[in-house]
Amino acid sequence: MSEAGNKSSADPKDAMAIPKGRVMPRPDRLSPPVWEGGRTAPPHGEFRTIGKRNRKVEGLAKVTGRAIYADDISLPRMLHAKLLRSIHAHARIIAIDASQALAIPGVHAVITGKDLPTYFGIIPWTEDEQALCEDKARYVGDAIAAVAADTEYLAEEALRRIKVEYQVLPIVHDIDTALAHPEWQVNEKASEGNLSKHVHLEFGPVDDLLGASDVVVEGDYWYEGNTHAPIEPHCCVAEFDATGLLTMWSSTQVAHYLHRDLAKVLGLPTQRVRVIQPVVGGAFGGKSEPFSLEFCAAKLSMLTGRPVKILYTREEVFYAHRGRHPMRMHYRTGITRDGKLTGTDARILIDGGAYSSFGLVTTYYSGQLLTAPYAMPAYRFDSTRVFTNKPCCGPKRGHGSVQPRFAFECQLDKMSEAIGLDPIEVRRRNFIGPDTSTVNGMRVTSNGFLDCLSAAERASAWKDKFRKLPYGRGVGVAGSMYISGTNYCIYPNEMPQSAVQLKLDRSGRATVFSGCSDIGQGVDSVLAYIVCEELGLELRDVRVLAADTDLTPVDLGSYSSRETFMVGNACLDAARHLREKIAETLAHVWGCGKGEVVLADGIACATSDPTRCVMSVKDAFQAAEARHGTLGSVGWYQSPQLGGDYRGGTIGASPAYSFTAHVAEVECDPETGIVHVKKIWVAHDCGRALSPVAVEGQMEGSAYMGFAEAILESGTYKPAAAGHPHGLHHGPNLLDYRLPTSLDTPELEALIIESVDPEGPYGAKEAGEGPLHPSVPAIANAIHDALGIRCDALPFSPPSVLRLLRASDARASWERARAGLQRDAVRA
Amino acid sequence: MDAPETVICRLTVNGDRMECAVTPGTTLLEALRYGLGLTGSKQGCDKGDCGACTVLVDGHPVLACISLVLAHEGRGIRTVEGLATKGIPHALQDAFDRTGGAQCGFCTPGVLMSACALLERNDAPTRHEIAEALSGNLCRCTGYTKIFEAVELAASEMRERA
Repeated sequence: MSEAGNKSSADPKDAMAIPKGRVMPRPDRLSPPVWEGGRTAPPHGEFRTIGKRNRKVEGLAKVTGRAIYADDISLPRMLHAKLLRSIHAHARIIAIDASQALAIPGVHAVITGKDLPTYFGIIPWTEDEQALCEDKARYVGDAIAAVAADTEYLAEEALRRIKVEYQVLPIVHDIDTALAHPEWQVNEKASEGNLSKHVHLEFGPVDDLLGASDVVVEGDYWYEGNTHAPIEPHCCVAEFDATGLLTMWSSTQVAHYLHRDLAKVLGLPTQRVRVIQPVVGGAFGGKSEPFSLEFCAAKLSMLTGRPVKILYTREEVFYAHRGRHPMRMHYRTGITRDGKLTGTDARILIDGGAYSSFGLVTTYYSGQLLTAPYAMPAYRFDSTRVFTNKPCCGPKRGHGSVQPRFAFECQLDKMSEAIGLDPIEVRRRNFIGPDTSTVNGMRVTSNGFLDCLSAAERASAWKDKFRKLPYGRGVGVAGSMYISGTNYCIYPNEMPQSAVQLKLDRSGRATVFSGCSDIGQGVDSVLAYIVCEELGLELRDVRVLAADTDLTPVDLGSYSSRETFMVGNACLDAARHLREKIAETLAHVWGCGKGEVVLADGIACATSDPTRCVMSVKDAFQAAEARHGTLGSVGWYQSPQLGGDYRGGTIGASPAYSFTAHVAEVECDPETGIVHVKKIWVAHDCGRALSPVAVEGQMEGSAYMGFAEAILESGTYKPAAAGHPHGLHHGPNLLDYRLPTSLDTPELEALIIESVDPEGPYGAKEAGEGPLHPSVPAIANAIHDALGIRCDALPFSPPSVLRLLRASDARASWERARAGLQRDAVRA
Repeated sequence: MDAPETVICRLTVNGDRMECAVTPGTTLLEALRYGLGLTGSKQGCDKGDCGACTVLVDGHPVLACISLVLAHEGRGIRTVEGLATKGIPHALQDAFDRTGGAQCGFCTPGVLMSACALLERNDAPTRHEIAEALSGNLCRCTGYTKIFEAVELAASEMRERA
């Protein structure tokens, strides 16, 4: 294998710096406590809160308008700041003159790249961004200067008066140009040319197995870029006070990483930076790294001595981006006549935009996350991420693996057709199973994929529809897997990935302190449900205080579908430590065995004599406080050492994997090329649904987002034309960038599958990202069933569908597909 | 540059008479959020595309981010803060909370106001009528399924109570 990419830039002087080189966690790393009965069982007999259709802890605040989001915060004497953004896709900054801006009464400060020169980046090995470009702008919209003024309008007026002298440079607008013109280097931190990252990994005898296959299918795929578009734009408020403490309220999903980078870029000790995440109005990966606004607001607050707010406009959110990477993929896959996969060979080119973001991980994920739910005897991938003069791509829901999953599931459909087998049957025959290992060395524990397939097959009446519906209508299937948290922290260290502190007191209330980041998926509520289950409390008697770096222990944040699994486990342990103390106290008081003590529905009792040995949970807390002193506990989570024994073998390693299968049904108009997705059946193995309402919500929302990427959304940039330079977004607003409305979205049916993972809290795994993946290939495969065309490039818009219909004899291939399956049915 | 002239605007919001200083260019959303401190109504796009700022004006859904506040003197404005009665959530609010109709919650105030206007003119909407009434309110979290369920649940409970 070969490796190339960015130069390292870790600073050993920083108190929270990354050690040089690769630090693998020790074998004797922290291991979680072992509980009698394991961590999957309810504390006694049956679940009382877990698995019920509960309200969310912050639900009523949200529906009554009382929830406070970043832009709802207003501080006395607060200034408003705006960013000046490059009008060129690639240009050297020769000079900036802000004197006329500063001359406006009410304009308090202007900063440029020289004020914030320190490079940062979410991945410590690829720190290649500055809060404001010092020497060069790398995409239209790259931030160059920031102004703080009394009002937003005044700040905008000041921006218009800043003069920037540019020297325009050649523009690298796509993958081919990036590779053909290494001398037009977009990002000077690249090790060579426009190479952001290259990964080549090979497992097993790929070429031999491909050569011995009965059928080999080869295909080219294009996954168009798209973006998260949370309804809340990025916003932050910074306040630097007289004691030298910087407080940052930001709509982030990674308060801890923001904390580290703020300290680094602003030159402040980490203990003088406090990051608070208010309620966040959607993120989907789009708020999982620091952005210019946070550094600029902080710096402007330090310079003016006043609080500073920055609220991105919707247009700025589109340019801040970090969304789905465009990928050009070539797959060669083999199969035997009886439907067994042989070799898989993938070549992937990734358009990264101007900076690295999570790109190192993206490049690995584009290959590493394909190796289940199907057993792959041999697999090779070669992935290259390049820099281009466009907004930087990053992690969008299903980071790095949605695109290859689309290509591979279409390949599976083509191979099934070639050997005349039902595509669900082919997926079954290649099921990798539970308690196994993938070809690239990933440990798989629980695996409910077969149940997912069966549930989607049954609910969709697949057998009555596949290859049986009239021309224009069709069904398609696809499967996938996803991680429940990445096994290792972004910066190697031996500290826990998640933690919870739990406080109980004589009032009868429990308070959970955790650094976890609720972005709408409901992790705060998950923690409350766990505490209720263990301590017998009512939901409204548990308060969750989260994501405030001064008050809560570190959690790495809301990314890689890690929260329920990791912080859920931390919370389970914290609650069980206190439960033990209470049970021990009551056993002492009642003279019974500790195991007889039950805490449920606000009551504590002993099962041996529940009429005599009974008191309220509140009284039980008081008895325990009297016996043990002030009641508090901690719980933390550190994943076991996992992954393949090769460079990159830890990327893609997860303590548990979720599995998904979708069936999509479409109705297509061959005259207009319009594809109506009628319904998607979403079957997802989430281990155990701690909150079925939340799990269904994640499944439906994921399937919706996958549908949107397949049919409607596309983030592309305009070539130069009269009146504008190269690199403007085609539609940086919520009208032209086509988010599905309530009328566009198909019917979505969530089918929860529970495999009960041995290491998840009560057996839970992720649900937030996995169920996005199969939407796109299931729809592509359904279009083939309906029209006889193969949609190998996104989005499946009317022009692209019409082009495919006109380029081939679709009707004949549609009839051939039907005849093929019927022939097989006769043979079987 | 010259600051635009500031005038006092008199509004009736959720039945309360309120005043705030505005300029001729101030939008209804700016006045509500930053002038009156009613931050329940949200700004998602600032150009009338997303619906997060939807409020009711004399019972009709209006996009507050593209409406000038001075055009709304003397009109009855209702925001998400005015849906509950004496601290008891409106049937719609309660249903959204129970069914998971609000995930991140940012579109929710606007969705609730559109749904409220719908139920006030149609107490038993079909799913398609609900989808039509909410088609100006973008939600990025739910895929709309739980929102439909919430509106249907609220409608049936309101019918039972009536």
